[in-house]
Parts: sequence; C-alpha cells; structure tokens
Amino acid sequence: MSDQILFAMEVTLNGLMAGVMYSLVALGFVLIFKASGIFNYAQGVLALFAALTLVGFQNGQVPFAHLINAIFGTNLHHFGWHLPAVVAIILTAAVMVLLAMIVEKFVLQHLVNQAPIILFMATIGLAYFLEGLGDIMWGADIKKLDVGLPQGANEAFEAVTDSVFGFGLYIDNLDIVATVVAALLVLSLTLFSQYTKYGRALRAVADDHQAALSVGISLRFIWVLVWSIAGIVALVAGIMWGSKSGVQFSLSLIALKALPVLMLGGFTSIPGAIVGGLIIGMGEKLFEFFAGPLIGGATENWFAYVLALLFLVFRPQGLFGEKIIERV
Amino acid sequence: MFYREAGDFKTSYVDDSQTFPIRFDRWRYYAILAVAFGAAPLLINDYWANAVFVPFLIYAIAAIGLNILTGYCGQVSLGTGGFMAVGAYACYKLMTAFPEVSILIHVLLAGGITAGVGVLFGLPSLRIKGFYLAVATLAAQFFLVWLFNKVPWFYNYSASGQISAPERTILGHAVTGANTTASAKYFFCLVILFALAWLARNLTRGTVGRKWMAIRDMDIAAEIIGVNPLTTKLSAFAISSFYIGVAGALFFAVYLGAAEVGEAFGIQKSFLILFMIIIGGLGSIFGSFAGAAFMVLLPVLLKNVLVGQLGWATDLAAHVELMIVGALIVIFLIAEPHGLNQLWRLAKEKLRLWPFPH
Amino acid sequence: MRKTMTALALAMATATPAMAELVVPNLSYRTGPFAAGGIPYADGFNDYFTLLNERDGGIGGEKVATPECETAYNTEKGVECYEATKGSGALVYNPLSTGITYQLIPKVTADNIPLYTPGYGRTSAANGKVFSNVFNYPANYWDAASVAIKYLLDENGGDLEGKKIALVYHNSAYGKEPIPTLSALAAKHGFELVEIPVDSPGQEQKSQWLQIRRDKPDYVLMWGWGVMNAVAIQEAANIRFPMENFIGVWWSGSENDVLPAGDGANGYKSLAMHGTGMDYPVYADLKQYVYDAGKSSGAGDQVGSVLYSRGMYAALVISEAIRKAQELSGHAAINAAELRDGFEALEITEARMAELGLPNFGQPFASSCEDHGGPGAAMIQQWDASAKTWSLITGFIAPDDEVLTPLVMGDSAAFAAENNIAERCN
Repeated sequence: MSDQILFAMEVTLNGLMAGVMYSLVALGFVLIFKASGIFNYAQGVLALFAALTLVGFQNGQVPFAHLINAIFGTNLHHFGWHLPAVVAIILTAAVMVLLAMIVEKFVLQHLVNQAPIILFMATIGLAYFLEGLGDIMWGADIKKLDVGLPQGANEAFEAVTDSVFGFGLYIDNLDIVATVVAALLVLSLTLFSQYTKYGRALRAVADDHQAALSVGISLRFIWVLVWSIAGIVALVAGIMWGSKSGVQFSLSLIALKALPVLMLGGFTSIPGAIVGGLIIGMGEKLFEFFAGPLIGGATENWFAYVLALLFLVFRPQGLFGEKIIERV
Repeated sequence: MFYREAGDFKTSYVDDSQTFPIRFDRWRYYAILAVAFGAAPLLINDYWANAVFVPFLIYAIAAIGLNILTGYCGQVSLGTGGFMAVGAYACYKLMTAFPEVSILIHVLLAGGITAGVGVLFGLPSLRIKGFYLAVATLAAQFFLVWLFNKVPWFYNYSASGQISAPERTILGHAVTGANTTASAKYFFCLVILFALAWLARNLTRGTVGRKWMAIRDMDIAAEIIGVNPLTTKLSAFAISSFYIGVAGALFFAVYLGAAEVGEAFGIQKSFLILFMIIIGGLGSIFGSFAGAAFMVLLPVLLKNVLVGQLGWATDLAAHVELMIVGALIVIFLIAEPHGLNQLWRLAKEKLRLWPFPH
Repeated sequence: MRKTMTALALAMATATPAMAELVVPNLSYRTGPFAAGGIPYADGFNDYFTLLNERDGGIGGEKVATPECETAYNTEKGVECYEATKGSGALVYNPLSTGITYQLIPKVTADNIPLYTPGYGRTSAANGKVFSNVFNYPANYWDAASVAIKYLLDENGGDLEGKKIALVYHNSAYGKEPIPTLSALAAKHGFELVEIPVDSPGQEQKSQWLQIRRDKPDYVLMWGWGVMNAVAIQEAANIRFPMENFIGVWWSGSENDVLPAGDGANGYKSLAMHGTGMDYPVYADLKQYVYDAGKSSGAGDQVGSVLYSRGMYAALVISEAIRKAQELSGHAAINAAELRDGFEALEITEARMAELGLPNFGQPFASSCEDHGGPGAAMIQQWDASAKTWSLITGFIAPDDEVLTPLVMGDSAAFAAENNIAERCN
C-alpha cells in the first residue's frame, strides 16, 4: 500500500480519537441544552474546575491556601496526605453535585423564562466566576494530573498493523481509554434516560417544561440533576484532557473545540455530539495534515468551524438536531 | 419637577419626533456634549486617556455596531473580534501604502472594507438562525485571525507579524504614534464616536431600523409584510461591520499603537463586546455606551481598589476581580435582564412623576 | 449615582502607589493562560530586589520598590499597567511578553524610559542605533536559533547538509521570530527547514506531531510558551521521537514544561542563557534575608526553578544598571533617562557575577551605544526525569553573527524607515 494511504489511515484514526475527546466536552453542553434550553458556556470552565479540584484532593492541597495565608499570615499549603485516585474522583464528583445545587439555587432559579441569550450570558458570568474561584482555591500554576491512565503509543496495535500493512499505525493509549470511557458514558446516559424514573422525568422536561410541571415533575430537581450530570461529564473530560497537558487555565478553552461539534451534531442530540465529534476530529486532522503544509498550517481552529458551517448551510439544525418549525 | 413634558409645546412634526422630546433631556445632552468636547480634553492625562477614556470610546463604537446587528436585527454574532481585526489591518495597509492621505479617511475606508467582509460572512444568516448562527460567526472569527497571522502581505512582511502604527497627523496634531498627546487621542475618538452614534440613532429610527426590528421580532412575519430578509439582514451586517471596522482601526492605530492579531482581536474580544451590549441593553444606543463603560471601568476600578487601596497581592486581586465581574454579570441579569438601559428608562419614568407620584 | 462616581474618581486618582526612591515596576502575570510561566519569573524578580533591600539597604542607599501590576499576558492590560505605573517615576519596564514589548517600544522611546527584555521581545532592538531605549542583552531569539543550529552542527561534525529540521512554534509574534534566521541558516548550511505552527494555547497538537512522525525530521526545534510546551513534549514522547534530538528555546525549558510528561521527557534539551538550580552562593543570602524572614514573593515554592532564576537574572542586570547609572550621574536617586544611560554603559564581568554570588551563572557582556544585544551566547541543558533536574551539557556557545548582523540591521532599518527614526551613535 502506498505511504499516503497509510498516513491517511493513521491520521483518520487519530482524528476520530481526537473527535471523541471533543465529544466528551460537547456531551455536557448537549445535556444541559436539552433539559433547559441553556447554552452553557461554562462547560469548559467546569472541566477545568473539576480537574483542579481533583488534583487538589489528590495532593491534599489546602483550598484557598493563598487567600488564607494572605489574610491570616499563616503558611498553609498541604494537608500532607495523598488520596488514591478513586477516592479523589468520588469526592470531586460530590463537589460537582454541590456546585450544581448552588448554581440552581443562586442563578437558574432566578432566571426562569428568560430569553436564551440572557441565560447564555449568565453562564458566561458563571464561567468568569468559576475561573476566578478555581484559581483562588487551588492556585494558578500548572499541575500534573495522574490518575493512572496509560499514555503513549499503543504497541500492540502498532505491532498488529505493522504485520498487516508493513507500517505500524500510531494510536495513543490515552485516546483508547477516552474512547472506551466515552462509550460507557453514552451507554449509561442512555440507559439512565430510558429506564429510570428520573431519566423519564428528564426526557419529559426536555420535551415540554410546562407539561412536565403539570404532571408533578419538579423542575428544580431536574435542573440540579442535569447540572450534576454535566458536572460529572466535565470531570471526565477534565481528567482526559488534563492527563494530556497538565491542569491549568488553558483547559477551559477546550469549550471552543466543542462548539463546532455541537453545531454539526445539533444542540439537542447526544448521538449528534458523538458523530459530530468524530466528523470534526477527522475532518480537521486530515485537512491540517494534507492541506496545512500547503497553506501555512495551524488551520484546525477555523477549519472545524468552516466544516460545521458548510454542513449547516444544508441542514440548519445540525445533523441530528430537531427540525425547527416556525409558524407566524 | 424639572423632568417633565408639561409646558413643553410642540408645534411641528419635526419637533415632535426629535430624539430627546423632553426639554430637560435635551439640555442634559447638550451639557454632556459640552463637557465631553470642551472640558475633558483640557483635563485629561495619559493615564485617564489610555486606561479609561480611549478604550471606552472605542469599545462604545464597537458596541453600537454589534448592537445594530444583535440588538436591532436579532442576529447574534461572535465574530466581532475578527471584524475588528479586518478594520485594524485594513487601516494599517492603507496607512503604510498611502502615507499622504489623512488618517481619518483611512479609518473610514477601513470601516468600509470591513463592511464588505461582514456582508460576506453574513450570507449564512439567511439559512442559519439563533445559536447556530452565533457559532457559525465564530468561523469568521477564527478564519480571519488565522488569515492575518498567516499571510505576510497583511503585516508588510515584518519578521514577527506584528503591525505597528506609524505617526500620522490631523491639522498638525499627531493622532497615532507614540508622540500623540492624551487629549488628541481622546478628541479624535470622541469626534468619530459622536458622528457614528448620531448616525446610528437616526438610522435605527428610520425605515432601515424598522426593517431590522421587524426581522428581529419575527422574520417570517416581516417577510410576509414585505420586508426583504436578504437586503435587511445583509444591510445590518454591513453597517454593523462598518462600525466594528472603524472601532478596530482606532483600537489598533490610536489606542494600542501596535497589535498582534491573535492576541488583540481574539475570541475574548468578541465575547467582551457581546457582554457590553447585553449588560447595557440590547437594541439601545444608550445601552451600548453604558455597557462599554461598565466593562471598561469595572476591572480598572476593581484592580485599583483591591491592589491600590487595599494592598492585596496582584494575583489574588486578579482572581477576586474575575469572581466579582462574573458575579456582577449574573446579578445584573437576574435583577434586570434588559440591561442598564432598562434601569435608566425606569429611572426616567419615575423622575417624570417626581416629587408628586400621584 | 453621584456617590459612586465620586468614590470611583477617588479610587482612580489615588491608584498610583506611594512614591518610593527607586521604582522598578514588575508587570507580571500570575493569572491567565501563561500564569505558570509568569509566577516563578515574577517571584525571582521580586525576591532579588527584596534581598538587595534587606541585605544592602537597597542600591547605593536607595531602597527599591517593585510595585506589581497584573497583565495576564494581555496587551491591553499591559498598556494600562504601563500608564498606571509610569506616573510614579518608573525607571525601567520588563514585561515578560513579546506582545507587550512591541506595544511599549514606541511609548518608552517617547517617554525616555528604558525597556529591558532579556531573551524575548523584538530581536532587532539589539541595534542601539535605531532602538535607543530598548535593551535585550545578553541574548535574543535570533541568537537562540543560531546557537541551536551551531550546537547541531557540532553534533554532526560541522555538517548539516541534507538534514531535515522541524520548527514547532507558537503561532504568534513570539513564535515567528526565529523563522527568518533559521531560513537564512538553512540556506547557509544546506539543511531543510519545516515550519509547523501551533495555535495558541496549543492544547491539542496531534496533527502537528503526526506530521513530524510522517516527515521524520532529524531534529525538532521548539519555540513554545505555556501549555504548548508540555503538550508538545508529551506528544513527542508519545510518538517516541528521540528526546535528545528535540531542542526547545529557553522559554520552552522550564520544569513546568517537562514535569507533566513524566519519564517520557527524559533527555529533552533546551537552550539556557543562564545557569539554574540552587548551587550558587547567592541562595545563602536569599535564604537568610528573604525566605527565612518570611519576605518571599508569592507562595515561595518556585525557588531555584529555571524561570525563577531568569527573573532573578533580569533583576540582577537591572540592579547593576542602576548602580552604573548612579555612578555616572553621581547621585543615588536616579531618573529613568539616567538609567537608560546606565543600561547603555553597563558591563557585567564574570568577576562581578562571582562577587554577586552567581559565579558561572551568566555570560559576561558589555553594552554600547550601538550594541544593545550583548554577545548572545547560550548553553544547552538537558532534563533528567528521574532526578528531576536540568543539567548543563555544554558551555556557552556563541551565535553566528555573520548571519545575524545583516538580519538585525535589515529589520531595524525597516522599522526606522517606517517610523522616521534617524540613526544615533554616528
């Protein structure tokens, strides 16, 4: 087989994997948008916050140490313990649930029935707030996140492809883990929404707020629930991205990677988020790989958006989005 | 007592339809103009000009521009930063290619070029609506930034891709470059802002503005009553981009003096200006001013209070500042989702009856 | 409303810090995407001046104040900080950001304040004939590019003919700086240069590294900053690119960049314009007067790191320039214009470095009216992942001035023409 085809295969494969990473972030957006019509810009910051909290717990950092030291003149840094990854993850998940409750109580509850753009802005305000809070709680320096996920090239896969094609294809172990985790996540979300009482309530709310209210579903509870789930999805995304690059401010910018995925897949569709992620990941990697060197490279940022834009011109509601029906 | 309609008789339609029908409002407006044009340039120093007033004036232009598109015509755009970059680079190319032409003309031409680019990126708005459109405009944002970073022609082949504004004068006073006085900068921006705000106000009151609003409120209904969505939406994109382009040109040439596209005109800028118009009030010229003032002043104020007055460490202050700005945005939206403009309107309503509310 | 306005006006009017004798503003960034790099630098910068104040009672009897101003690596905030601190009698600026530097060059020239940008900023500012107020000794980006190539020449017995060298760079003014030099060097030495840009912040670089995997360059150079470094090193380790053939500029060579990749980063090399680690006599004094006295800047956990050392080095050069200016002007309370002269007449010898407690830390250099750039030599350091330390593997390597000088002259001449600057020093 010619080299070009092999390279294309490798890039496609890696693009699909990168797409899964984007989908992880996009999932959180979809969950919240579906249940409450809120375009939650804070999703990226939620991932950052979750990752920071996780590292903080793991390393036994004292939250707000810097602030406390500044005010009381103490010199606190660490509690001096190291939590196992699993415990830290569970604790962080609990924090995310708590955060969901706080957000519902202090923000969402007061913004019922507002225009979507107002809600969108509120989440941007929330993003600012959480960014400041995360930094002040855990510090702004770069942190290594290690929950024991494997990294580096997968040798088994390389060996197999080498024997088949005479060229070992490269796949990152972390990406494989991310793919498995994403699959599990989607599976459990589907099971949850199809077969549990709360899942049904969730779908009812997504369909029609008022009808759901009238049959006795507590909207507030559903919101807390959905924000908690989104928080936990953010935690998963934070772990995956954080293992790769360390945990620091830029992690919150992964939200921008998820937006074209959303456009493409539709804001309201979980399968859309996955398929959209795969298409975007593959498309932008192939474009960068083959066209990038010709036109100067660093095309990924805009190409994802342009790709999504082209799709939208033909299907304005995204691939799997609900058809927009307008009446006068 | 002073703020009332009573006794203010109008004898012509022109009087009746003026921007400030209440006499007190008119006088207040003239007084503000007098201070802004007369007194402020004499008092202003480098710090006030560069940290507060010049950015405020420039952001106000951009906010008016975005408000035309988003507030009046209902098309949410996140491409503002990219369009500002078009203005900035157009201005730079014109300034360096035609040094003998007045900078004022360059700035306006830069706006015109941006208008063209805006129309191009506005085309998808005919198919795509709402948040999908907002995200689609991000394509413009990222593509334009990439383009200006990548094509050396735009930055005259300089080693690092930075553009810096050479000195240009108007009537013998430098308005760009390092030797510009604070008051020259301020005055130049103020004149442009005043002209553009006046224009925007009158545009939005006339046929064009009404068409925009019809499209915003219900595009299908508007189409049925004979508003052409193609020309209306694209005219909104064009005029809005013109404003934003002028703001971008001023931002680069007068305020920063040197710029790097990804950093000065990145996605953050798009969000910042969207904040301004939502905090200020969608569909309102006053709101654009109020929002720009809020978003420019607040961080500077907070920083000065926390670091300058309370003596906090700068990083703590910066984090707390983020939290406060975030919290304030949320609080504002909860208290008054229609922005500062709505507060102002309510205040005026009350004032009209004061001190005899019955 | 009026009350808030008055409060506001008051707060702003009193914003400038109290007058100190010698004000050296520290435009730092402890927040935002590049905080991890900004924090240690700012700490090292502050700590060194604290040491001078505590141990020697300042410089020439004058205490030094380093009011900090947060820029978040953002040019607008940089301008605000510049204007806010300028009024308080600021002597010199050192913003640790190429973007802010570009912005400040015309402003400081108009205000006659020196701008000191060691190892960053505008390279062609090394030409003092055009850039009167900017100083970037001891080394700049183009020196770095040349030193890296020289090192590779040494490795390859003086011949890079037919080799392929990839440059992975931050897609910004900073990252693009070395390209003209590397292109010129590629033409001279006959190697092939592959440019691979990474968009800021550089969280995702898979396609870039797959490209490297495909093209199989012999060496990879990196001009990165912030999270981009860590991700690049991780990805390089993932595709099993030989780490010893991967060389970063000095801004891609701190602990922050290699630690997240763990063992994978072992053997990674970077340029170094100064020594690192704590084996210098100055740390005894710092410990006694600063750390143990509870006066360290920030959290105090950055001591001895690469960027901390760099912040300290910048502070050291500034303090020496202040000394020189005091000597030239004959009085202790110098102003910015006098400090500029001090910078121009500055000479730091190895003996002086040893005297200051940092023997073999930096290269000796002397400045002149024409030369604001210094000799531009740099060392190569290598990361040892098991010991978690950088070790220097070469001495100072001098850059190839034959290639660099015309480039510096060309770029500064273009700037001079665009801005109508007449050459000085004639």
